[in-house]
Amino acid sequence: MIVLADVISSTIVFAVPLLLVAMGGMFSERSGIINIALEGIMIIGALMGCLMMRWLDPLVTNGQLGAQLGMLIATLFSGVCGLVFSVLLAFASINLKADQTIGGTALNMLAPALAIVLTWVVQGQGQTTILIPTWSRITEANFGLTLENGSFIQALLFKNFYLTTILTIFLFAIAVILMYKTKFGLRLRSCGEHPQAAASVGINVFKMRYAGVLISGFLGGIGGLAFTLAAGSGFQSSVAGYGFLALAVMIFGNWKPWSILGASLFFALFKVIGAYASSIPFMPQFKELEGTSSYLWPMLPYIITMILLVLTSKKSRAPKAEGIPYDKGMR
Amino acid sequence: MSEYVIEMLNITKEFPGIKANDNITLQLKHGEVHALLGENGAGKSTLMSVLFGLYQPEAGVIKKDGKEVKINNPNDANALHIGMVHQHFKLVEIFTVLDNIILGAEPNKMGFLKKAEARKKVLELSEKYGLQVDPDAKIEDISVGMQQRVEILKMLYRDNEILIFDEPTAVLTPQEIDELMEIMRNFTKEGKSILFITHKLNEIMAVADRCTVLRKGKYMGTVDIKNTTKEELSRMMVGRDVKFEVDKEPQKLGDVVLDVQHVTVPSKLHSNNAVKDVSFQVRAGEIVCLAGIEGNGQTQFVYALTGLDKMSHGKITMLGHDITRAKIRERSKLGMSHIPEDRHKHGLVLDFTLEQNLVLQRYWQPEFQKYGFIKNAEVRKYAERLIRENDIRSGQGPITTVRSMSGGNQQKAIVAREIDKNPELLVAVQPTRGLDVGAIEGVHKQLVAQRDAGKAVLLVSLELEEVMSVPDRILVMYEGEIVGEFDPKKTTVQELGLYMAGAKNMYRDVEKKGGAEA
Repeated sequence: MIVLADVISSTIVFAVPLLLVAMGGMFSERSGIINIALEGIMIIGALMGCLMMRWLDPLVTNGQLGAQLGMLIATLFSGVCGLVFSVLLAFASINLKADQTIGGTALNMLAPALAIVLTWVVQGQGQTTILIPTWSRITEANFGLTLENGSFIQALLFKNFYLTTILTIFLFAIAVILMYKTKFGLRLRSCGEHPQAAASVGINVFKMRYAGVLISGFLGGIGGLAFTLAAGSGFQSSVAGYGFLALAVMIFGNWKPWSILGASLFFALFKVIGAYASSIPFMPQFKELEGTSSYLWPMLPYIITMILLVLTSKKSRAPKAEGIPYDKGMR
Repeated sequence: MSEYVIEMLNITKEFPGIKANDNITLQLKHGEVHALLGENGAGKSTLMSVLFGLYQPEAGVIKKDGKEVKINNPNDANALHIGMVHQHFKLVEIFTVLDNIILGAEPNKMGFLKKAEARKKVLELSEKYGLQVDPDAKIEDISVGMQQRVEILKMLYRDNEILIFDEPTAVLTPQEIDELMEIMRNFTKEGKSILFITHKLNEIMAVADRCTVLRKGKYMGTVDIKNTTKEELSRMMVGRDVKFEVDKEPQKLGDVVLDVQHVTVPSKLHSNNAVKDVSFQVRAGEIVCLAGIEGNGQTQFVYALTGLDKMSHGKITMLGHDITRAKIRERSKLGMSHIPEDRHKHGLVLDFTLEQNLVLQRYWQPEFQKYGFIKNAEVRKYAERLIRENDIRSGQGPITTVRSMSGGNQQKAIVAREIDKNPELLVAVQPTRGLDVGAIEGVHKQLVAQRDAGKAVLLVSLELEEVMSVPDRILVMYEGEIVGEFDPKKTTVQELGLYMAGAKNMYRDVEKKGGAEA
């Protein structure tokens, strides 16, 4: 039973960054800009969020600042930093009409390097891990409850409970409404499908594409912090390929918010099954493969990604104009 | 109030190296249909883009109701109640009809869409003008005719009074064209003014009140349609007399060159077949035309015929050889030439030079290569000959990048290359698409010359004038099937239209007799 609670709560906590980042990718790509820089944006968001937590740590431990208020500041800070970082992509691909894949790749190479340098600057040479303070987690104590440590409810609700989880639910609802119920969403989607049509009815394609990329930067930044919290062992200038996994989730989710929600839960579940496989009694353990058996299950989410993308990519339909710089003269 | 609702006075618009509009004046009266006539590249679209705010002119003024106005973007044009149906529809395929109509002018409260209100207005307009649309259908699922109605509704939804139609009839069936003309007349009765861009003289004679003619960016004059003729208009447009009939020698039918049996091609878009059990023959010395509205399987059939794609059933024989599974090069060596539908995709390598493109079908022959090395001097000589013989115009001759050439000259290059191969079977798919009257005349002459020389020609065309004038036999295709065979001398455009729209089928009774009795 405890294993079940663990699996459910871990699934949710790992689905959060995937959902955030894939939603970010969705906003960018539906405005017409391929955002392969999500990995780099996550790293920047995670770095700045963790640094902010580190700076706030004395205040929180002194009791001058509420723990969850500190988390809110750190989370928003990581989002804003992701947004600022994504301006580079927007400028290169919208103003300069650069190849979006190459621009994104450049940012992905820049981000981890920048993260290592900044980590060393702040923490001193060789200190590559930014530790996450314990107050980042929401515990039963925050609600004035006392639960037996190791009980089912405690494991289900409070073992992996962060402010980012709540925030993500809000952001998801806002994203769905924004995308389908507002003027903004209709215009954004038209720019990713047929920017010339959008321009012919007076929509400013440049502005809409900027909006798409900046939203993706904000969500990607928060997603980076959410991943670091989920991974638990502190920030080490990497988000372990989650930005790319989120791109796969977005494609598997067909660039639609509800499908992306489903896809991120699905991928997170496999990630967690991979991690917990050895403690689930009925799972095969591959004992005969000596030395390699411990690597088999963690490969699961990535293998499933590949298989599913091969199977579903034929049906998924990317925004028609994504990746093509907007040219006024083109018909 | 001024006599004119819109005046464009002495407009000049330059692009690097070319004056697209040179001192052009256009005056549109209240409640008239005003045609704007000119060849490709005459500057019609540029002039309309200036009026619609997409380009800013270097010189000249635009007046609305006698007052000078500045139009810097489509929003300004919209505020002056100017609307435009673009030649290539500006519709978002995955959006619904309703979303497309309201896009850019969404009724909203604090940014939230008010779709119920929009739907009501759209349905009212659709009823009032007889423009039937399904507001919840997606654009990608509806017919081209309905897409055009959506474009018209977009203008009406914005309460536009000056309506620009940019080559609106190119994609329509004859019946739909008649409907459109009727709709245009209704608009003028309500006091709306229409600018109608076209190069089809028949339509101008049928619907326009006045006509302004442009040639090579220059203003040629404005005439009353009542006091003019087709011949006079075409002379103004091209600068010389153009013949509308195609001269053909008496037919000398030879042996069967192409024999197509039960060809079926699966569709890439849906589970249905794109081409269903098509059989026919083409003999030496005849031009057979595969006619039909765009998207009825002609493209897929040609892909199967020329080897660009595979078929699932059937057999194709050419000059007695089974070529059902032959490679493209094998078909080419047997004497098949192909003027492709999409000249940019399948006809030319746009960033190669003209001479490289001209030798593309022959570079592997010993004449042009030795041990895999291209003989550049031979290629140059060959290209120069083709350029001279076919009057292919370009900036730098053989070394011009093909991308920089005009569409008409690109097409001339393809036609020259394919015909110089001396083919037994010439497959010409929409060979005059996007060409102007003068260039069309040239291509038609070359097709007929092939026929008169005893070669077989398969022409695939969407243009009714071409369908009626060039071929010896017409096969009409509808939804992947051949639904009728006609002699162009014994049929009418109206009859063909009924078959093209699926209302009639020679080989089968059709349930829906929609337009048949009407």
